Amino acid sequence: MSAHAAAPIGGVIWTRPFKVLTFLAGVGVVLLLVRYTLGLGATTALNDGYPWGIWIAFDVVTGTALGCGGYAIGILVYVLNKGRYHSLVRPAILTSMLGYTLAGLAITVDVGRYWNIFRVPIFFWDWNLHSALLEVALCVMAYVGVLWIEMAPPILERWRVGRSLRLRQFASRTQPWLERYMLYIVALALLLPTMHQSSLGTVMMLAGHKLNPLWQTPLLPLLFLISVIGMGYAVVVFESTLSSWLLGRPFETGMLGGLARIVAYITFVYLALRFGDLAARGALPLTVRSGWLSFCFWLETALFLVPALMALSGRVRANPGRLFQLAMMFLIGGALYRFDTYLVGFTSGPGWNYFPSITELFVTVGFISAEIMAYIYFIKRFPILTETGRAKQREAHA
Amino acid sequence: MEINRRTLLKTIAAGTAAAAAPAAQAREKKTAPPDAMGILYDATRCIGCKACMVACKQANNLASSPESRRGLYDDPVLLSAYAKTLVKEYRSENTFAYVKSQCMHCIDPACVGACMLGALKKREHGAVTWEASRCIGCRYCQVACPFDIPKFEWAKAFPKLVKCEMCAPLLAKGQAPACAQVCPRQATVFGKYTDLLERAHRRLAAEPKRYFPKVYGENDAGGTQVLYLSKADVSFEELGLPALGSKPVPELQQAMQSTVYYGFLGPAALYAALAAVLWRNRKKQREEAES
Repeated sequence: MSAHAAAPIGGVIWTRPFKVLTFLAGVGVVLLLVRYTLGLGATTALNDGYPWGIWIAFDVVTGTALGCGGYAIGILVYVLNKGRYHSLVRPAILTSMLGYTLAGLAITVDVGRYWNIFRVPIFFWDWNLHSALLEVALCVMAYVGVLWIEMAPPILERWRVGRSLRLRQFASRTQPWLERYMLYIVALALLLPTMHQSSLGTVMMLAGHKLNPLWQTPLLPLLFLISVIGMGYAVVVFESTLSSWLLGRPFETGMLGGLARIVAYITFVYLALRFGDLAARGALPLTVRSGWLSFCFWLETALFLVPALMALSGRVRANPGRLFQLAMMFLIGGALYRFDTYLVGFTSGPGWNYFPSITELFVTVGFISAEIMAYIYFIKRFPILTETGRAKQREAHA
Repeated sequence: MEINRRTLLKTIAAGTAAAAAPAAQAREKKTAPPDAMGILYDATRCIGCKACMVACKQANNLASSPESRRGLYDDPVLLSAYAKTLVKEYRSENTFAYVKSQCMHCIDPACVGACMLGALKKREHGAVTWEASRCIGCRYCQVACPFDIPKFEWAKAFPKLVKCEMCAPLLAKGQAPACAQVCPRQATVFGKYTDLLERAHRRLAAEPKRYFPKVYGENDAGGTQVLYLSKADVSFEELGLPALGSKPVPELQQAMQSTVYYGFLGPAALYAALAAVLWRNRKKQREEAES
């Protein structure tokens, strides 16, 4: 199951964009110090009516959804045995690993009594097995570990030819062992997101009447799961097209077109369930009668439907620019669905308001910057992207 | 450690069957614990003196509310980390009423269902209390509570969760909660939950013209240990008590969750199935590579 022909793309790390990202991440770190000394009230717009803000709705809920590329590609390559998509596996797992790791860190920033977090995975005798959030927490923690193990092969491959003797020995000892058991890790990497991504929907069922009926439904777990698989493929299309552009590598249009078509099919299933559910609950009239919330609902729906319809066209699927557009639209649609469920459609009653503070926004920007920095570092130093691309890039430079 | 494919398939079949079996099993309806104590609030008796608010602050050692308006000292307008109980006024053209809010001490609380490590739990006398050492401050309880009761110390770097705990320390000493102790009109009375329910119904039966014909909390959200009576011309929704139906808030979610995750069989079966498929695919690939 090793991705053959993957190689580090090399090059300088400390470029100008990287410096900008470092600055943004640094701003985030400084703001975090303020958050930890002054508390959440002084630094965020959170309040008793909106106890969860963008650190949960974006960094955690949307962030892990955007980190589902590895999960979605894993289903395709390992379960459905579509070997032709194999070269997409490593970059997808890399973005997943980074997305989930940072989402995990974001939780420690958001919770008020962070010094007690260590109890969650350890004090199993205290576990409330009815808590959907506990399931999410444990699953995400486990999945971060699994993703790092999945990331081990490219790291070991690099170490094996590296300068350090000790790392070379470690790599050659570990590699065969890892190859043998990786199958069971991959199976776990497919099970865990199925569990916690659906549970992220289950979590909001407990908000009951405080979540608008446009979003509150017993189908939340199913809708979250289906849409996250679509987002997984979309994020791979997005990331692959973007890195081809920025690194001057050939586009993987054939494969990405295939993924776009899958996104379309997933969307139709998702929308059929979404509208079937609204109709069954008699909530369809709310889609036009809820003012601002109706607008959000239709915007979200359009951002699912339009890219799906685009993906049906063969010409669109052969055009990298169009593929990029449709992937981005779908990702914004999926993100908006999560924002609507966790934030926009949620209310504790009149009088409560929330709009993220500068600190909340810049901490989030800092997290995203750190993620991009780590991505750049990994593709430049470790065998993530495929060799063919690298060779062509060299020709282009020569 | 080679896993035989047939054993795997057998495991999957057994697992799926076992997971499907308890699917029909309904979640048991919870009833108030045998030692349940409660509070009965009668809006027809309350004169809005706020003695309960003062007593609550003293008993719970709460600081003055920073959100006070018009330069008034300690004038909370909302329940918050500074006010565990609050008396509000409802006013319309023809009528008015006071209403006291505090934790409802639900029989099947959403906050308890939400809480990851059981920081919030129904403890002695069915009071929903908070244990600091188990709380990570995730605030899922705030998202879940249909009455918006749990409050957070936003202003502190090392915050606590603040909510009415039915004055658990006083209860332990055999005393009534502070608010019930001081009420000059017995609008807020403390007692055995079953006695209070009976007393509420006696009042309704004795003076049907005085009361709105319902005891709020008897069935609402699966029942609450704090019960409300309202004036004949003021509905409970007008008092700010939401219409939640008779099902406990966590019922549907927990029924689904415990069906899917029953004995962890579902996930175990899915894992076995995935491993089996992956194993088969790898074998196929190796055969292809050899040929």
